[in-house]
Amino acid sequence: MIEIVGLSKRYGEKPAVDGLTFTVRPGTVTGFLGPNGAGKSTTMRMILGLDHPTGGDVRIDGRHYHELANPLTYIGALLDAKAVHGGRSARNHLLCLAQSNGIPARRVDEVLETVGLTAVARKKAKGFSLGMSQRLGIAGALLGDPRILMFDEPVNGLDPEGIHWIRGLMKSLAAQGRTVFVSSHLMSEMALTADHLVVIGQGRLLADTTMADFIERNSRSYVRIRTPDRERLLDALHAAGIAVVETGEGLLEVDGGSPERIGELAARHRVVLHELSVRQSSLEDAFMRLTAQSVEYHAQPEPAGQPWGAHWNARTAAPAASSGTPPAATPATTPTTTPTEG
Amino acid sequence: MAATQVIRSEWTKIRSVASTVWTLSLAVVVTIALGMLISALSKNEFGAMGPRERLSFDPTFVSFAGMALGQLAMIVFGVLVVSNEYSTGMIRTSLAAVPRRGAFLASKVAVATGLALLVGMATAFAAFFLGQAMLGPQLRTTLDAPGVLRAVVGGGLYMTLIAVFSMGVAVMLRSPMLSLGVLMPFFFLVSNILANVSATRKIGQYLPDQAGSRIMRVLPRVGDDTPYGPWGGLGIMVLWVLAALAGGYALLRRRDA
Repeated sequence: MIEIVGLSKRYGEKPAVDGLTFTVRPGTVTGFLGPNGAGKSTTMRMILGLDHPTGGDVRIDGRHYHELANPLTYIGALLDAKAVHGGRSARNHLLCLAQSNGIPARRVDEVLETVGLTAVARKKAKGFSLGMSQRLGIAGALLGDPRILMFDEPVNGLDPEGIHWIRGLMKSLAAQGRTVFVSSHLMSEMALTADHLVVIGQGRLLADTTMADFIERNSRSYVRIRTPDRERLLDALHAAGIAVVETGEGLLEVDGGSPERIGELAARHRVVLHELSVRQSSLEDAFMRLTAQSVEYHAQPEPAGQPWGAHWNARTAAPAASSGTPPAATPATTPTTTPTEG
Repeated sequence: MAATQVIRSEWTKIRSVASTVWTLSLAVVVTIALGMLISALSKNEFGAMGPRERLSFDPTFVSFAGMALGQLAMIVFGVLVVSNEYSTGMIRTSLAAVPRRGAFLASKVAVATGLALLVGMATAFAAFFLGQAMLGPQLRTTLDAPGVLRAVVGGGLYMTLIAVFSMGVAVMLRSPMLSLGVLMPFFFLVSNILANVSATRKIGQYLPDQAGSRIMRVLPRVGDDTPYGPWGGLGIMVLWVLAALAGGYALLRRRDA
């Protein structure tokens, strides 16, 4: 179990992690989700005692990381697959980690077998592809046979086969009753592997909920309608008190509407429909809505009407045009998921 | 966590990278070869020396002439042992495995120091014997002559301490390029200039290499006015080394990895 209470980290004035409180419970895969720069890696480094928190506390099974006698036997982590001395062989890399925690050398060969690196065990790590490095990092995490495993963006940059392998591994680790804490910036990835979800944005907790609950709350369903007779259908819907949104290209959307009712209404008013379908918004959309307020770097549409670079070409004293422009790319809806269960 | 575990781990680390082998081999080869060369040249020049120079001719110190260059390889060894961790990102993996940073640093420095001491001693004795062989029967000295054994052992200690000082500096600076960029010119140029220009000699003689190398002389230099003896000089160097390690430890403890 990892308990995080009021955890904060500032770099100068800028808070990277801001009063985070949550618990990673045993026997589940907990997904740690947030846009890039949300503070996921910083949080994970503080869990391992690599970065010092400016406030709050992290405990692993009730103890601080540096109080753990042989930490690799409590918690295994893969933060950065490339954090390896490239001149050292895979086996020696794992051997020095094993020795520092009193883990027998035969365990090194076992984990190399588990991750499928036995054939290249004596090869230098600098020749490894990202996928192989990732496997070596995971071997290091498994070395001490720990009850808790922590992976930072483990599928980043992997090919489909590698991604498939990692997903299977995480599920089998959780099935063995281990605690798995895994970060990602991809909602779809989490939906496939996580049982529990912790969402952060700009270092703050946005949601702490079960995956099932998150899906239920956030998978918005709506009815999509396409008709050549837009005006008449709109009138009919308004008269029936059904709220409708026009989304352009002649499409209408009714949030949570019933297709039966809309179809019958259209038939009664003799309006031709080209499409009447129930749609689900994706979890990715839900995640985007949840974090829209907190994304650090929004893509901004290029300001129109002015040739690119005109303001600085003209040597005006004004600051860059893009600074301080507020609109977000996504519609700013309020988060629909509230922190639950503490 | 037993200290022996971490020491074993650091031994595995140090023996499993190529830089250990090539830096230490370079230190051995350069120190011995250059010492032999200078010894051979000195033998030929001895006849042309004035009486004062002949009186202060120190055959032991002449055979250590290669140390000025050989120590640079020891500096590279000391820097790379530490900064390899930072330049590769391995430091995060290492500190996750050994979160007690004092134990981590102590083990790393102890292992590297032990290895440097072994190589340094072997080099000093080899440089002495081979240098004396080049000087020939008229000029050479022997280990049982007064002060010679002290100077040879001192040569081994000097090489070790140079490496340890570099480790301390590398812990503080982290980057290998920065550490080497500071240490190499300092020991190769700056320190020599400060110690030989009369205006700065008072300060220059307390620099780690200037003070530490006093122990390798059997006869003091002509006009030597240093206020410390051979062991006093080595003591000054040890203080520098301890200061560098203490500075490194203080920063390592406080810093985010």
